Amino acid sequence: MTAVTDPGTAAARATDAILEDTLRGTARGIVVDSPPGAGKSTLVVRAALELASAGRPLMVVAQTNAQVDDLVVRLAEKAPGLPVGRLHSSDSDPYDKVLDGLDNVRKSAKAADLAGLDIVISTAAKWAHVKNVEPWGHAIVDEAYQMRSDALLAVAGLFERALFVGDPGQLDPFSIVGADQWAGLSYDPSASAVSTLLAHNPELPQHRLPVSWRLPASAAPLVSQAFYPYTPFRSGTDHGDRRLSFGVPSDGSGPDRVLDEAAESGWGLLELPARHTPRTDPEAVRAVALVVRRLLDRGGAATSERGPGPVPVTADRVAVGTAHRDQAAAVRAALAELGVTGVAVDTANRLQGREFDVTVVLHPLSGRPDATAFHLETGRLCVLASRHRHACVVVCREGVADLLDEHPSTEPVQLGVTVKFPDGWEANHAVLAHLAEHRVHWAP
Amino acid sequence: MSLISTLARLEAVDSGRAQPLATVRHRHLTGSPLVLVPLTTAGEAGAPLGALVGTDRAAPRLLVVAQPRDRDLRFAFLAELAEAVLPHIEAYADAVEPAERTEVDPETGKKVKVEVELCSDAAQLIVPGRAGIDFVRLLGRSMRFRRTAEDDPDTPYPAPARVPLLGRWLTHYGERARVPGSSLLLAATDLLNRHWATGQSSLEDQHLGALLAWVDPPDGESGAVAALRAELERDRAGQLVCPPAGPATDPAFDNRLLAPAIERYDRARTALAAAEDGLDADTRLGELSDAEREIRSLLAAVMLPTWDAVWRGLDLLRELPEGARAEDRWTRDRWSFTGHRDRVRAGEPPQPRRDDAVTAAQKLASRETAQAQLEAQEALDDPLVLAGRRLAGEAFLGEVTEVEMAYSESKRPSPRPLVTVRTDERPHLGERTKVYRSLDGRPQTAEFVRYAAGSAHAEPGDTVHLVLRITDRMGRSKEPAPGSVPEPGDRIAWTLFEHDQRGGPKLPDPEDTPWTHGGPPGAAVAGGGPAEQPDPVTAEDIL
Repeated sequence: MTAVTDPGTAAARATDAILEDTLRGTARGIVVDSPPGAGKSTLVVRAALELASAGRPLMVVAQTNAQVDDLVVRLAEKAPGLPVGRLHSSDSDPYDKVLDGLDNVRKSAKAADLAGLDIVISTAAKWAHVKNVEPWGHAIVDEAYQMRSDALLAVAGLFERALFVGDPGQLDPFSIVGADQWAGLSYDPSASAVSTLLAHNPELPQHRLPVSWRLPASAAPLVSQAFYPYTPFRSGTDHGDRRLSFGVPSDGSGPDRVLDEAAESGWGLLELPARHTPRTDPEAVRAVALVVRRLLDRGGAATSERGPGPVPVTADRVAVGTAHRDQAAAVRAALAELGVTGVAVDTANRLQGREFDVTVVLHPLSGRPDATAFHLETGRLCVLASRHRHACVVVCREGVADLLDEHPSTEPVQLGVTVKFPDGWEANHAVLAHLAEHRVHWAP
Repeated sequence: MSLISTLARLEAVDSGRAQPLATVRHRHLTGSPLVLVPLTTAGEAGAPLGALVGTDRAAPRLLVVAQPRDRDLRFAFLAELAEAVLPHIEAYADAVEPAERTEVDPETGKKVKVEVELCSDAAQLIVPGRAGIDFVRLLGRSMRFRRTAEDDPDTPYPAPARVPLLGRWLTHYGERARVPGSSLLLAATDLLNRHWATGQSSLEDQHLGALLAWVDPPDGESGAVAALRAELERDRAGQLVCPPAGPATDPAFDNRLLAPAIERYDRARTALAAAEDGLDADTRLGELSDAEREIRSLLAAVMLPTWDAVWRGLDLLRELPEGARAEDRWTRDRWSFTGHRDRVRAGEPPQPRRDDAVTAAQKLASRETAQAQLEAQEALDDPLVLAGRRLAGEAFLGEVTEVEMAYSESKRPSPRPLVTVRTDERPHLGERTKVYRSLDGRPQTAEFVRYAAGSAHAEPGDTVHLVLRITDRMGRSKEPAPGSVPEPGDRIAWTLFEHDQRGGPKLPDPEDTPWTHGGPPGAAVAGGGPAEQPDPVTAEDIL
C-alpha cells in the first residue's frame, strides 16, 4: 500500500478493509482498535446498516444504556425506515424518551417480541439474560475493551460471528473484588473481552482506524505518543482548521490567562502552589469552577471545519473531568455556587466515549502525597486528555513530576499477563512534560 | 481509605489507643472455633515446621516436624493434622436440619423446591493472619491430589489415608475465605482490623502482636509504645519477645536456636542408624528423643504467644454484640460447608488445579455480589459504619417535615407520595437518583425529585430540604398500605446504595463454553491442542 497523505483517504481505506472482512471474510471475529474520536460509532452504524441491507440480521452489544440509545438514534438518522429493536430492562425509565419519537424503533423488555427485526440493540448486561433464542448470524460488540471477559462469556452463545470495536487506550474494566487468583489465565474473568478473545483466537484479523476526527492537530500527536506509542494515529484536521476565541479580553487573572493559552495552543496548565490536600481540594475545585465560569462569561466561540462561522461554546459543549466521584460532586457544588448549570461534570469512567469542545480536567495526582496504581492508570489520564475538539485545561498543584519520581510503578508482575505499554508512570510524565510548556502559575 | 477511617487513625495516633470502627461485630463467631497456628520452614515453600491446633485455649495440640525436609516426617505431620482437624469438621457434618433449595428440574426446565439437608452449624477455622490463610490454601493444594495406598496400590509414595481429604477441606476453606463477608476461615488480624483503627500503617497492622498492643494496651502504656515493643523487643539471647505470628519464623530464631537443634537431631538419627547393638541403640534412641523434645519445646515457645494472642483477640471481639445481618451471611457459609460435605460424600474428585472459564466467571460474579451486599449490610447493622457512608455522601439521615399525596400518571394511578426531608448532610444526589430506606427489614425505594425552595444554594453545614418520591412497597390499592409512607417527624436513614443485590445472569454450562473463551474445557486436548503436561526436566533442575 502506498503512503496516504490525505487523512480522509486513509480513514476510508481502513473502513473499507474492515467492512470487506465483516461482510465477506470467513473469520469468526474481527477486532477493530480505534483511538479517541476516530469514528468508532460511525463505523458501527455503517457496518450494521451494510449487514442489514445484505439481508443479514444482527445483534448489537453496547456497554451502557446511554451508548445503546445513542446508537439507535444514529441508526434512525441514517436509515429512518429500517426496523430496529431496542431491547431494554424492566426497570422504570429503561431508555431515552427520544426513542418514543422514532417510528422504526420497536422497544421491548423481551427478546422474543423483537424477533425478526433487522437490528436488535441492547446492553451486554441485558443480553446476558436472553435465553432460548435462535442465535444471530452476526453481532457487533461496541466498546469491547471496556467489556469484561465474563460479560462476553455470558453473551457469546447468542451469535456466530462478531465485529469487536473499541479503544484499547481507555480505562480497562475493573472488578470490586480481587481477581489475582485468575491473573495469567487466558480467560481471566476480570480482563477485557478483547484480551480473552485474542488469547483464544490469535489468528483473528485486527484492524486499526488511523485518524482521529475529534482531537485537534494540537492534541493528536501528544495523545498518540503518550498513550499509543506503537499504534500511532493522526488528526483529521490541520493546525489552523480549528480556532477558539473570546469576545471579552482577559482580565489578567490566572483562569483568564490559562484560557488564552489553551485557546492559542490547545493546552493549558493552571498550576497552583504545591500542597498536600484532601481529595476534594477546595482551592483546586474552585479554580476548576472559575475556569469554567470565565470560559462561559468571556463568550468563547469555536470555529471548526464543521461550519463556516464561529459557534458559541455553550455549557453543554464543556466538560469537567475528575478521577473520583466525590471530586466530581465537589466541582458540581462549586459550579452551582457560581451559578453555572448544564456543564457535564463526571469521572473519567463516565466521560468515556463522550465529546466536547473544551474540557477542564482536575489532574488525578494533584495534591496527592502518593501515586497509587489507580491514579497512575494510563487509561484514566488518556480519557481525560482526549475528550476535547478544541482545547483542554488541566488544573493541578505543583510538584506532580517529583511525586511521580518518588513513586515508580511497583505493581507485582503476574506471570502470563501481557504487559501493557506505555505504563501509567511514563504516560503521566509525557503528558506533564508537554503541559509544562503551557503553564500558568496562579495562587488563588 | 475512607475519610472516617482516616479520622479514626488520626484519633488513634493522638490518644495512643486504637479507635473503634464498628459498634457491633460484623463477623459471626461460632461457640467453638478451631484455632490453627501454623509455622513453615524458611526457604522451602509449603514445608510445614509445626502447628498448634485445637478448640480449647488451655490445651492446644502441638504438632512438629523435627526434620522438615524429611518427606516421611512431613506426611506423619499432615496425618496428625488431619486427625486434629477432620474430627472437628466431621462433628458438624452430621448435625443437620431440613431446608429447602430451589433447583431447576432437568426434565421440565421449571424451578422447583427441593427438600435438602443443611448443616445446622459449620466448623470455623481461625488463623493468626492473612499469611496463615495463604498457608492453609497452600497446604490444601499440596495434599488434595495425593494418592493413598487405597486409591492406587502401585503409587510409589502413598499418602496417609486421611491426608487427601484434609487437602480438599482446606482447599474449600481457603477458597471460601476469598468470599467477602464469609466467616468459615478467618484471620485474627483481619477481624481486629475490621473493628478497630490503629495509629500505625496498614502494613504494620498485619503484625498480630503490634495490633493487639494498640487495641488493648497494657495499663498505663500507650499503644504506640507497646506496639513498638511488640515488634522489636528482644531478650538477652537476641530472640523476639513477641515472635511473629507466622507462618514465617524470625531469622534469628532459625539461625541461633532452630538450626542447631535440627542438626543435633540429624546427628542423633545418624548415630542411631549406625548403632551396633541393642544397648547402644537404646542410648542413642534416648538421645534422639531428647533432640526431638528440644525442637518441640523450641517451637512451642514461639507458637504459644501467638496462640494466646489469637484467643485474646477473639475475647475482645466477643465483647461486641453480633451485627443483625451477620447471621444471614453465616447461613450462606453453612450452605457452602454443606455443599462441600455433599461433594465429598458423593465421591466427586478433588477441586481442579485451575478454575475453568465458567467457574471463574461465576466465582467472580458471586464475590462481587457478596462484596456489595456486605458493604450495605454493615452500614445497615451499624450506625458508626453508616456514619462513614454519610460522611462520604452515600447516605443521609433526615427528618420528615411534610408528606404530600401524589399519584402516578397511568390508567390505574398508584400512590407516589412526595416526602420532604430536612437534613444538614450533603448526599450526592442528582435528578432521579434512587435512595433506599429499610422498612420492616426490607428496602423501600424513593427517588430524589428536587431541593425544596431556598435549598439549592445552601452553604455547607446549612440545613436543606429535599423532596423525595416514594415509588414502591405501598401495596396494590389506591391508598398506600398503613405504615408504608413516612410521617412528619420520622427520622429516617436513607442510603444511595441498594440494600439487596440482584444475582447476575446465568452463565453457560462449562461444556457449552463459547469459542471466544476457548470452547469447552478439555476440547483442546481432545482436538490435539496442547495438553496440560508437567514442565520438562532441564539441566538446571536440581532434584
